[in-house]
Amino acid sequence: MEDGSEILQTFKLEAEELLVSVEECVLDIEDNPRDQDAINRLFRAVHTIKGSGSMFGYMALAAFTHHLESVLDKVRSGLLPIDRHLIDLVLDSRDLIKGMLEGDPSAPAEDQVKLNATVASLAALCDHKAAETEKNSDQEETVTGMRTIRIRFQPNPSTFRQGMDPACILDELRELGTCDIRPLCSSVPGLQDFDPHTCYIGWEIDLTTEASPEDLRSVFIFVEDDAEISMETLEDLPVVEETEVKPVPAVVEIVEAKAELSAAAVAEPASGAKRKVIAEGESVRVASDKLDKLINLIGELVITQAQLAQVASSVENHDLATPVEGIERLVAELRDVVLSVRMMPIGSTFNRFRRLVRDLSAELGKEIELVTEGAETEMDKGVIDRLADPLVHLIRNCVDHGIEPPAERVAKGKPAKGRIRLVAAHRGTNVVISVEDDGKGLDSEAIRRKAIEKGLISADAQLSRKEAFDLIFMPGFSTASQITNVSGRGVGMDVVRREIDGLRGNIEVESETDHGSVMHLSLPLTLAIIDGLLVEVSASEFVIPLSTIEECLELDESHFPLGSGRNVIQVRGEALPCVFLREFFHLASPPPTIQEAVVARVGNSRVAVVVDHVVGDHQTVIKSLGKVYQDVQGVSGATIMGDGQVALILDVDQIVRSAEKEELAALSIAVA
Amino acid sequence: MPKTVMTVDDSASMRQMVSFTLKRAGHDVVEACDGKDALTKIGGQPVHMIITDLNMPNMDGFELIRQVRSKPQYMCVPIIMLTTESQGDKVKEGKAAGATGWIVKPFKAEDLLAVVKKVLG
Repeated sequence: MEDGSEILQTFKLEAEELLVSVEECVLDIEDNPRDQDAINRLFRAVHTIKGSGSMFGYMALAAFTHHLESVLDKVRSGLLPIDRHLIDLVLDSRDLIKGMLEGDPSAPAEDQVKLNATVASLAALCDHKAAETEKNSDQEETVTGMRTIRIRFQPNPSTFRQGMDPACILDELRELGTCDIRPLCSSVPGLQDFDPHTCYIGWEIDLTTEASPEDLRSVFIFVEDDAEISMETLEDLPVVEETEVKPVPAVVEIVEAKAELSAAAVAEPASGAKRKVIAEGESVRVASDKLDKLINLIGELVITQAQLAQVASSVENHDLATPVEGIERLVAELRDVVLSVRMMPIGSTFNRFRRLVRDLSAELGKEIELVTEGAETEMDKGVIDRLADPLVHLIRNCVDHGIEPPAERVAKGKPAKGRIRLVAAHRGTNVVISVEDDGKGLDSEAIRRKAIEKGLISADAQLSRKEAFDLIFMPGFSTASQITNVSGRGVGMDVVRREIDGLRGNIEVESETDHGSVMHLSLPLTLAIIDGLLVEVSASEFVIPLSTIEECLELDESHFPLGSGRNVIQVRGEALPCVFLREFFHLASPPPTIQEAVVARVGNSRVAVVVDHVVGDHQTVIKSLGKVYQDVQGVSGATIMGDGQVALILDVDQIVRSAEKEELAALSIAVA
Repeated sequence: MPKTVMTVDDSASMRQMVSFTLKRAGHDVVEACDGKDALTKIGGQPVHMIITDLNMPNMDGFELIRQVRSKPQYMCVPIIMLTTESQGDKVKEGKAAGATGWIVKPFKAEDLLAVVKKVLG
């Protein structure tokens, strides 16, 4: 069962989601100040943050949010105009709330100065005088000590229909002291006029108690507006000994009949529905490691099922074959369903960028709108999380380097307002995310010059436009002529590419001068399943991620112009470095007469991986190697084949790097 | 006898808090995330009491109270509203719609149990 800390966790998660939605709403409202729906959503979100904040001990947060809520209430009822100042203030407040949420609930806010300033601005907006709570000053004089109070209580006839059972109130009074209760049944009609849903009866109660007047009033708190209630202290009355309630049989029966009736009505079972249905709204939160475990188990299941299928086919028993086929179908379906559980719409990430673009463009004095498409496109949550940083970087680049200042844009005959499009769409088993701007585009000549200046390419290198664009992904490359606050803070596009490669995706650039540029990120739907190419070396099987592969070749003499001992092959006139897997993994058996090569893209270069032969496509569930083998060079994971054999999944990038290292070491030895 | 209480709130943490408190006190709890959801769910099983937020998407608390009261089997079921401050007008509007009582947020677990006891006995 859940405990307090889990509830606190839920609160934090929920508050974070609400803050995201606050930001969304504010930006929607900025785009369209008449969007009443967004205004209502905004108010509701802030209202909920305040309400639950104070319940979970975030008093400072609740107090602050209260000011914001007051302002929004005025906005909601049209008393405050929506202008830039208001929008900025709400966004600042949101950031402050986020800060408070991350801190210790009881600790004072970190940025107290800013907090106070914001509170002052908020208060100024809603002219706070009236909002200060006016404490009710009509405190009753406190009467304490044992006394007897005579209470006359005549509930409103409709009290049952308000869900109030006066018997509960009498019970509560009994808890305060000794009661002498007498029914007042003068208005109970005859049976023919009797409505069981109407309360005809009243009571006179002599209560002997020490309870304070507030305690007494609180007994009647829900009914005091509708019922006739009078209380007088009977000082001259002697303290009565416990007296029994004098029953008036007819009335008691009526009351009981009513009670039973409502109980029966309420308890009426509705068509055998299950008694205990715990609803969780629209979604259930599950820790992602549980999902990972589930996916892992499904992986095992897929493998076991494949073994079963193999055994079944060798036995040739029809009675066995049918259920085995059934299991195969079910397992495949189960795998798809489980993988889809990890899928989330990418929109949640997109929304963060609206704020980013807004703030950055304001800082740089540019006018930029962000258009997003395909926010509903679903991807693995792990991929989405890791994608956020590269996307932030790309968008910063668009804002900073891509889109020109308004004057320059107008001079070029473009609208002053720049536009960044962020588009996600499915392409087969991949998701392609495009970041597109309508700015000045990449200048291939400038890139070339820069690369020569940085010594990344030789001065006489002949590059196609595309190859020139690819240079921006080289480590140590940055075309920003000056480092601005916004981008160019040392992290370059090479980091973006490394991240995308780490996700087994790839990135491509298209650009046209003065029309803008587009970055296409192509990413796998999930990290749990890999589309690979199965290759064989010395009777061992390996999987190479398909996303890195460009082509496969059968090697013959013509590919080895320098002789077969060298780590270079020639493909259509182009020399490619190559890695012999047999040597890399120190496999002893002699190579076959005809070897094959898989050309893979690694970073910005192409590398041929030489294998015995290519088996074919293989989609498989990735299993980690566990602690002991996790540092093995060149291997990123493993998968178990249908026949129970383990196939290692290759990390081509790492293979190339360690092959380079070995080569250099060998060279230095040779030189020494 | 344990009673079934329905908690209606668009805030999951609030629902969990209410649910946790009531379950510990031995009640069964049904959760609903807004008025519409609540109406669907009370059709499915008997509920002895409803605790509802007022400000919710899809269907707010007031409309929920009116709709619940219009169902013969729920004519007399206690309905408690959750309000943020003791907003007199909100309480009045809720009472007019047929609410039994209210709890002011923030509340402590004891406050909640006291109110539940007040209306369920």
